[in-house]
Amino acid sequence: MSKYVLRRLLIAIPSLLGISVVLFVVLALAPGDPFSELATNPNVPPEVQAALRAKFGLDDPIYLRYLHWLNAMLHGDWGFSFVSRMDVDTLILQRLPATLYVIGSAQILALLIAIPVGVYAATKPYSLFDQIANTFAFIGFSLPTFFTGLLFILIFSVTLDWLPFVYSTDIKATGIRWVLEMIRQAIMPVAVLGLFQAASMTRFVRSAMLDVIRLDYVTTARAKGLGQATVIVKHVMRNAMIPVVTLIALQIPAVFGGAIVTEQIFRIPGIGSLLISSILSNDTPVVMAVTFVFACLVVLFNLIADVLYGWLDPRISLR
Amino acid sequence: MLDKELRSMIGKVKDGRMDRRAFIKRMAAVGLTAPLANQILALGGIAMAEGPQVYKPTKRGGGGALRLLWWQGPTLLNPHFATGTKDQDGSRLFYEPLACWDPDGNMKLVLAAEIPSIQNGGLAADGKSVTWKLKPGVKWHDGKPFTADDVVFNWEYAKDPATSALTIATYREITVEKVDDLTVRILFNKPTPFWADAFVGAPNTIIPKHLFADYKGSKSREAPTNLSPVGTGPYKFVEFKPGDLVRGQLNPDYHMPNRPYFDTVEMKGGGDAVSAARAVIQTGEYDFGWNIQVEDDVLLRLEKGGKGKTVYAVGGDTEFIALNFTDPNTEVDGERSSMKTKHPLFSDPAVRKALSMLVDRESVKKAIYGRAGRTTANFLNGPEKFVSKNTSWEFSVEKASKILDDAGWKPGADGIREKDGKKLKIVYQTSINGPRQKTQAIVKQACQKAGIDVELKSVVASVFFSSDVANPDTYAHFYADIEMFQIPLSQPDPSQHMRRYLSINVATKENKWQGTNFPRWVNKDYDAAIEAAESEMDPVKRAAYYIKANDLMFQDTVFIPVQHRLKVEAAANNLRPIISGWANETDNLHDWYREE
Repeated sequence: MSKYVLRRLLIAIPSLLGISVVLFVVLALAPGDPFSELATNPNVPPEVQAALRAKFGLDDPIYLRYLHWLNAMLHGDWGFSFVSRMDVDTLILQRLPATLYVIGSAQILALLIAIPVGVYAATKPYSLFDQIANTFAFIGFSLPTFFTGLLFILIFSVTLDWLPFVYSTDIKATGIRWVLEMIRQAIMPVAVLGLFQAASMTRFVRSAMLDVIRLDYVTTARAKGLGQATVIVKHVMRNAMIPVVTLIALQIPAVFGGAIVTEQIFRIPGIGSLLISSILSNDTPVVMAVTFVFACLVVLFNLIADVLYGWLDPRISLR
Repeated sequence: MLDKELRSMIGKVKDGRMDRRAFIKRMAAVGLTAPLANQILALGGIAMAEGPQVYKPTKRGGGGALRLLWWQGPTLLNPHFATGTKDQDGSRLFYEPLACWDPDGNMKLVLAAEIPSIQNGGLAADGKSVTWKLKPGVKWHDGKPFTADDVVFNWEYAKDPATSALTIATYREITVEKVDDLTVRILFNKPTPFWADAFVGAPNTIIPKHLFADYKGSKSREAPTNLSPVGTGPYKFVEFKPGDLVRGQLNPDYHMPNRPYFDTVEMKGGGDAVSAARAVIQTGEYDFGWNIQVEDDVLLRLEKGGKGKTVYAVGGDTEFIALNFTDPNTEVDGERSSMKTKHPLFSDPAVRKALSMLVDRESVKKAIYGRAGRTTANFLNGPEKFVSKNTSWEFSVEKASKILDDAGWKPGADGIREKDGKKLKIVYQTSINGPRQKTQAIVKQACQKAGIDVELKSVVASVFFSSDVANPDTYAHFYADIEMFQIPLSQPDPSQHMRRYLSINVATKENKWQGTNFPRWVNKDYDAAIEAAESEMDPVKRAAYYIKANDLMFQDTVFIPVQHRLKVEAAANNLRPIISGWANETDNLHDWYREE
């Protein structure tokens, strides 16, 4: 097992290197310039701009810049933001808690909805409940998050005035009130992301359950006289969850991606909004670092999914 | 022009026979009222007055929290590194300049004790030096005293190229010397009619010597105080998250009485202009929203909700269409729009004139800018004193067609005019931005009616405004026939703005398109007017030179001014923000309060 993990980690190195080369080249070739805002500022002479470009090494050839970046990365230096003039890793660490909080809660919400609904729908396929659940699931994953986000704002903030739509990181309260405020302001973004996730997950849980529920051993279990609940939870669900776990693990990086839009709409100071603002201001080191983090997440969660697979189903051996 | 009359009026003010307000009113009557009307008086020997004070609160603090929404949040808090106004705005919460600008463009004292004038000996008669007296007893947030050493240090810090400060242009050609602990003198190497640049306004706030002295030059980026400012301002620094949040709390030792009003200040970043307008005007979650460049229709609809309103400030920003005087379609020595070529269509003045008649400025105002725009014939729209009254504009497809007919441009079989085998087909580029694309459509429609074929091109703003030498789509390359954008006028004086279009500043491959004269317009009279203005100490003559320069641009149709744009902000109904079209939004923050 540990041998397998080690091997997978070693394989990950060249693929991460490859990803970093592609990312770097694409970013270097992309048009735009971190000092573009200076261009229309009559106070800043063009020479100053040129000097800044030279200072940050923007005029070096691409391969040199890549090697610099790689070397720095190996030494744990994530780079230096052109725009904020501070280290990229501090910038990312600052943004991480908000993203983890929102995405984590959204994922939990999605699971809390998807598993019971999916399981129950599978036990009574084509019943009224199943039909309704299906309809909502279709609506849920057909509506993009930026649309539901705006819809929520219009309904709950503007019309009803129940919830704030600007996410704030410094709530001026302590103790229980702070917790309540944190929850209150996260309701909309978490619901938007969570419901979107839940929709596709419900469909997946349902079909995974249906695949298993028809197998002979389930009939055997029932024939032994076990109750419906025991059969479903102990015999069917355990096996049906194997592909679901994989799906969830593989979806986590995608959730980070989906959060980018949501973070922008609700002004959540997370990694996603950092990525967007950095792209808009052409802050290449930050864009590079954030996209690289996403790439690492994909590789990592792939590995986790594979390991979990083996753990959940001992028939699958990892070599 | 009114030279004599003006002089006698200045004399009257001096002797007290005429009061200052009457003087400014008279100036207004002859089109000379101005942010710089006061500088006229200063140079005429009268002290520049502070603008009227409307600050009502009678004690410091007690105003609760002030919540500001900047949809592009500050990304750094060292004014010398500020890449955009957002960074200057954020820094200005904590750092202060010697003086700032009020809504009328009057100078307002901050860290200075008095406004330099010839009378108080602050201003040299030859315009080659200015002496500032500093306010005594001002303390940095850490308790250290603010002195002339700090001011001198800022100059040394910024002018050092290794620091790579973006304020270098302001400081590299001046010399700053300490006279005594509370007096500094700025020496210019040539007569400088507009002396209020260094240490004035939000872009030129002062950082403390004792915290930055070790980080001058190449170590500048390592200074811990780059991210946690210690200033002299009304608010003390609490927290900074780049792009997201800046927080400050009341400075109990602030040097102005009864100020600030608010106990805490918070500047939240992120999102977009429309939702920012919503959060201030409609739901009231925030007190103030910055730079609400949103269509007027939307704003009017939001205002019906009634928790907030829009606030406008008049400055000198002009949205314009620039005409290319070189040929963008012919390549000479690896460069298009080369100075060795002439534009095949625009070399005929009739075409340029017809084009300017096809820009329906009134419709653009009605359909797009609404309350945030004014129609204008001038490229230079402020300060008022520099605005030409000799120009006019009109929109008429018929007249434009007639001009083209008379010049020999006849419609071809496809309805597009042509002459000597050259068709009137032009490419019209601008950055991607809702109002700009709508303006493009309005202009294109009118041009079509007059037999001019217009191809529209929109470039992402980050590319359009970039200095990337390799990218042909920047505004400086100008590989199109006409292009539209605006260049902000960041101080109440046109000198920097008008200098851009000197013949020596033409953008070419040779100077890596860093030349600022992107229309590549060359006019000797213009060069002469600008050079004369730059060393002219007589404010009236100086204004006349700039007016002449503007009129030369008008006659040659170098620019077609589309709209004189106003600053648009959103504010809660009970907030009394002080916004100047000549300064950053936070430049007067110490005077903001809330009506109870």
